[in-house]
Amino acid sequence: MTATLNLLKQPWVWAWVGALGVWGATAAFTGGQGAGEVLRAALTFGAFYVIVALGQMFVVTLGPGNVDLSIPACMTLAGTVAMKTMAGAAAMIPVGLLIALGIGLVVGTVNYALIRLLRIPPIIATLSSSFIYQSAAIWWNRGLRVKPPAALADFTTAKIAGVPVIALCVAVLAVAGHVLLTRTLYGRGVVAIGQNPRAAHLAGVGVERIRAATYILSATLAGLCGYLLAGFSGGAALNMGEEYLLSSIAVVVIGGTSVAGGFANVPGLWGAALFLFLLVTMLNTFGAGAGVRMVLTGLIIIGVIVAASGTRRRT
Amino acid sequence: MSAPVSPRVLRALLPPLSLAALLIAIFWLQPRTMSYFGLNLLLNLAVPIALATIAQMFILCVNELDLSIGAFVSLVACITATWLHDAPLLGVLALAGLVAAYAGLGALIHLRNLPSIVVTLGMSFVWLGLAVLVLPTPGGAAPDYIRSLMTLKPPIVPFPIIASVVLALAVHVLLMRSAWGTVLRGAGGNPQALARAGWSILRIKMTMFALAGFFGVLSGMALVGLTTSADANIALRYTLLSIAGVILGGGEFVGGRVSPIGAVIGAVTLALAGSFLSFLRLNPDWQIGAQGAILILVLALRVLISRGEVRR
Repeated sequence: MTATLNLLKQPWVWAWVGALGVWGATAAFTGGQGAGEVLRAALTFGAFYVIVALGQMFVVTLGPGNVDLSIPACMTLAGTVAMKTMAGAAAMIPVGLLIALGIGLVVGTVNYALIRLLRIPPIIATLSSSFIYQSAAIWWNRGLRVKPPAALADFTTAKIAGVPVIALCVAVLAVAGHVLLTRTLYGRGVVAIGQNPRAAHLAGVGVERIRAATYILSATLAGLCGYLLAGFSGGAALNMGEEYLLSSIAVVVIGGTSVAGGFANVPGLWGAALFLFLLVTMLNTFGAGAGVRMVLTGLIIIGVIVAASGTRRRT
Repeated sequence: MSAPVSPRVLRALLPPLSLAALLIAIFWLQPRTMSYFGLNLLLNLAVPIALATIAQMFILCVNELDLSIGAFVSLVACITATWLHDAPLLGVLALAGLVAAYAGLGALIHLRNLPSIVVTLGMSFVWLGLAVLVLPTPGGAAPDYIRSLMTLKPPIVPFPIIASVVLALAVHVLLMRSAWGTVLRGAGGNPQALARAGWSILRIKMTMFALAGFFGVLSGMALVGLTTSADANIALRYTLLSIAGVILGGGEFVGGRVSPIGAVIGAVTLALAGSFLSFLRLNPDWQIGAQGAILILVLALRVLISRGEVRR
């Protein structure tokens, strides 16, 4: 009984409740038809959200003003360069992965260098640098859509016992992220900085080193997501990262991580990612047009944030 | 101490100097722009961008950030090109309602202590969705009076220049030179002090958001006056342009430290940067990237100047 009560107090529960509710509503509307299919699609697309949201969560937890707006551009750049280098050859898959991760590493380093050297707010730093990454991606791929190696495409769409393999892999990644956040010096350092950077510094936390690692981690995960997404959707497109700007932030916040920093949790990321995808699916099933769908998505995101802030204040 | 110009002055001079450098470069590359007609063409689209930048500046002034202004301007453009043209009363009511909605957003963000970044990201969906509902396919028509205002050809000085100067000075007087404006800015500098002095922070935030909404509406109307038709995605890039414009113009993210004149200059600089890059015959692939590089360059210059400020 107390276990259930404790569970209800967790900030991430509401994202899961929302996801289940939306899925239930969709299933009820269709009379249970295709509910399994919808869930499978949600797990696949949710997995991509979770990869970038994991990085964004660490960045947001650093405190007010810390947001990585270069995630979409980084995804696009990593995806295009990796696809072009692999040129569809299965033997090149590990090389492509290394290139994607390497691009993320470089992007993260540049982002942090701008923040540190120019002392500009991370929002503007990642925003201005993202223009440059986006241009680099356009210049590199020249509008060509290179097909991913068949083996990579198969991997991203494979299923074990009906469950998408990529969702399983990202679940493992999320567990690693959870351990990183709650059980390591680095993760505790991120949370400490988010709560009070000065106190963290005085307590001996290497503030700048941790900030650097966080921006690099976020960009590297974006690179990984770009690589996998390009494999999944049959090649890298120049606008493939677009929707991940809003969703990476929305997933983090709906998942119960504090936007003011200092409080984060990983389970909420999965709940929120499923919620976001299932919400759009539900509105689609109900036959809502594009306009109504967008209005409702926006209102529901705001509604969730208002509700979440209310519960947080009472405790 | 022995420096001929104080860093503070240098800092204030940076935005106009960047603009002047850019203008000289454009004149040098393409002397034909140095005419009434050329300047008109060059600066036309800077007017709606400047209005959107002023809107963003009001929000930044109270330590918030508006990531929905681009979608909002798009929605206003769609309403202007349809309702305001066909049924003026309905159009005016809708636009007034949008300004009120902005004030309401300010109240919501303040009362529930919500992060403005997330709320406005959510609102950007709402505005965009409404824009799609109002105008599903690109089209519509600009009301004649807006069209004739935006294509005005006053003697000697082109209209965009007059409009920008009037806008910058009007907002400067309102926000920087009036007692009321000082109180409004104080809400960004030290809200506790203002609240203790008996001012309502809620009312100030609502006022600032309403002002932002008002200038957002003007921006959308001006845009339709130039393009004569609208679509739901017409101004999405204004979100980033407006933030960059305020920062280029010397504004800060926190502390109520903004400059209306600087913001207008910043917006015009960004609008011109696009033309400059095309005159340079730069590979079009690198156009967006070069804009980002210009932004980083100006910010780097400012850091150098601020270092001098600290040393003194």
